[in-house]
Amino acid sequence: MTGENFKPKILIFAAEMAYRGIDAAGLMKAEYPATTYVIRIPCASMLRPDLILYAFKKGFDGVFVASSGEDCPFLTDCVERTAERIEKAYDLLQENGIERERLKLAGICSVCVEAFVKHVNSLYETLKKLGPIKKG
Amino acid sequence: MVNDRIGVYVCHCGGNISDVVDVYKVVDAVKDEPNVVIAREMMFTCSDPGQKQIEDDIKEFNLNGVVVASCSPHLHETTFRRAAARAGLNPYLLEHVNIREHVSWAHKHDKEGATEKAIKIVKSGIAKVREARALETIKVEMPPKVLIVGAGIAGIRAALDLSKLGIHVYLVEKSPFVGGRVAQSYNAYPSGKFGMELIEELINEVKQQKNITLITNAEVTSIKGVIGNFSVEIIKDPRYVVADCPRFKEAIDKCPIEVPNEFDYGLTNRKAIYYPYPNAYPELPVIDMESCNRCGECVKICGDAINLDQQPEKMRIDVSAIIFATGFDPYQPNEGEFGFNVFESVITLPQFERLLALCDKKLVYKEREIKDIAFIYCVGSRQREGNEYCSRYCCVATINSALAAIEKFGEINTYHIYRDMRTYGKYERYYEEASKKGARFFRYSLDEPPEITQKGEKLIVKVKDKLTFNEEIELPVDLVVLSVGMVPRKSEIFSMLKVPFSRDGFLQEVHPKLRPVETAIGGVLIGGACQAPKDSVEATASASAAAAKAATYLLKGYAELEPFIVEVNLEKCTGCGDCVKECPYDSIQLKNINGEEKAFVIEAACRGCAACAAVCPEEAINLRGYTYDQLRAQIDAMLM
Repeated sequence: MTGENFKPKILIFAAEMAYRGIDAAGLMKAEYPATTYVIRIPCASMLRPDLILYAFKKGFDGVFVASSGEDCPFLTDCVERTAERIEKAYDLLQENGIERERLKLAGICSVCVEAFVKHVNSLYETLKKLGPIKKG
Repeated sequence: MVNDRIGVYVCHCGGNISDVVDVYKVVDAVKDEPNVVIAREMMFTCSDPGQKQIEDDIKEFNLNGVVVASCSPHLHETTFRRAAARAGLNPYLLEHVNIREHVSWAHKHDKEGATEKAIKIVKSGIAKVREARALETIKVEMPPKVLIVGAGIAGIRAALDLSKLGIHVYLVEKSPFVGGRVAQSYNAYPSGKFGMELIEELINEVKQQKNITLITNAEVTSIKGVIGNFSVEIIKDPRYVVADCPRFKEAIDKCPIEVPNEFDYGLTNRKAIYYPYPNAYPELPVIDMESCNRCGECVKICGDAINLDQQPEKMRIDVSAIIFATGFDPYQPNEGEFGFNVFESVITLPQFERLLALCDKKLVYKEREIKDIAFIYCVGSRQREGNEYCSRYCCVATINSALAAIEKFGEINTYHIYRDMRTYGKYERYYEEASKKGARFFRYSLDEPPEITQKGEKLIVKVKDKLTFNEEIELPVDLVVLSVGMVPRKSEIFSMLKVPFSRDGFLQEVHPKLRPVETAIGGVLIGGACQAPKDSVEATASASAAAAKAATYLLKGYAELEPFIVEVNLEKCTGCGDCVKECPYDSIQLKNINGEEKAFVIEAACRGCAACAAVCPEEAINLRGYTYDQLRAQIDAMLM
């Protein structure tokens, strides 16, 4: 299932502020693909690299970690900590033969509608080119 | 052991959801999911009948889990959790999933896709609830004692509000006298009262209070602990004046030292033993030991009331909550910025306000009478780099000062060179009044700021006026007043507590509307201009809000914290200590439990970021309400 009919499935881990940013995107009626699924978490620094790998192994074509960025109400250095997790996740992806372009990290603030839509759409386009993930 | 009797409620939200998402199809798709015993679509789940239906079902079907699929949990999660609690279900066994903001509003041109997505995330909610555990809010004892840092108008306001509720306040002020920036202002808009008078009125109230311990000339040097139990160290610098004496005035007159008075920005001089201004509070003068030559003249007059060998005093207090009311500093222009420190007749707005207060009958600066004044707005504000924010109060404060100058000294020409005029709200009338009284307005752009040169005794302000299609106008004036904004203050204590800062460097609230006076640190509140530029009206309002917020848990005697903190699986924990290193709040430590080193969570200190959980090699740490088992179950369900 590639080409025009392939609709990549994206898992979005949305931290506190990013969740609000995605709310705001809805409020502004900003459009992005419907095959995007949000899991709400308080702070992106709780993400275990192995959990990200798990999502791919189970069949998500892409994972978008939407952190609260500089606005994180939990940690002042949330950006750095989350980046560390993502670096480790990239290593895991490489070991498992999964393209690193499938994983994306960005800070999304509570009103960052444009940034959110831009990131989701660009990841979606990338995934369309890469094709579906190999499960298992 | 999973929750095996789950109710699912899919909301139409009038048509906000059901116009796009086929809610019947969603109900159909989930009603036969394992453990789901009842699934309904609802017109308005948040309505009274909607909530009642959930409550009735919880009782009738003996539900041990509920999923509500409707709007954003930020709107109604609390509503539905309360409904669950009313029916006797632990509120944390309810999961709120978002099929409005995240689905129907975002995908209205893809109804089929939206419905598919709604089904998947409702299933994900069911999977999460299946694994959910009942949670209890964390109760923390709160003895009724508060520390307020800063005795400016905000700190004093908050102290009075709390004291009147029977809560003890330690009001700590760094400088030797109270009143802060408002005491220095001339007539604070909008009441038209002198800043000093406002402070005096508040202080007269403070004197009636039994619950306020005012500690001046003192600095908070250390704060440790958590909400309900902060241990605070304070160093009280010596005042050298240790008792009252009826002859202070004589002693001050006799003092041979003269130095510039900071309170008047150097416009006047003071002695080494001094009051910054008449009626300053506390009533005891202070000796500035840096300029004192220990000649002993004052001791000869006041005797034991003065002790030149007084030592700093260390104090320790325990409080349940802290309010920062540490205020702001006026922006200090750079050397040469609009001629500042190049031409002596270029001063800042706070200096001008002192000048207004000190001059009588004639407005005189550096021995010259002032007739023509140019006010340049937005100095140090709305810059492309540096201070990007608008301090907002300065437009009104500047116009208000110009009006005050005209009122006090008569014929004065005022030229207002501004970028955008922000006399918002009630203050538009100041702008109108200034226009009526002959104030003239010129508009400049950030790219072409006015230039200042000297010509004889006058300063020439050259401005390219956008109101007259960039006509170049030269204004000869006696004084240039720079309307400076507010800049945040830095303090060690903020970093000690790890209070977050905003992009502009002020202290940051959790949420500007939902939790406007709380910081991310439990029990640490903010009031006044330490949060953002504020005028005295806004500063006292936010200070009262912070006091009221503190009172909500202090009067109850305990605070209830959300249960979303980490917990350690002792069987899995190997005591490696990686989590301890990861925690920025010292809320997890190694402890000997039954002869073995294990990670131990200090519940009141845990903020729930769960950074520790992510680095645990054994996955022995989980965040309550968001366990990794739950997250994996959610992932699985979304892919089914």
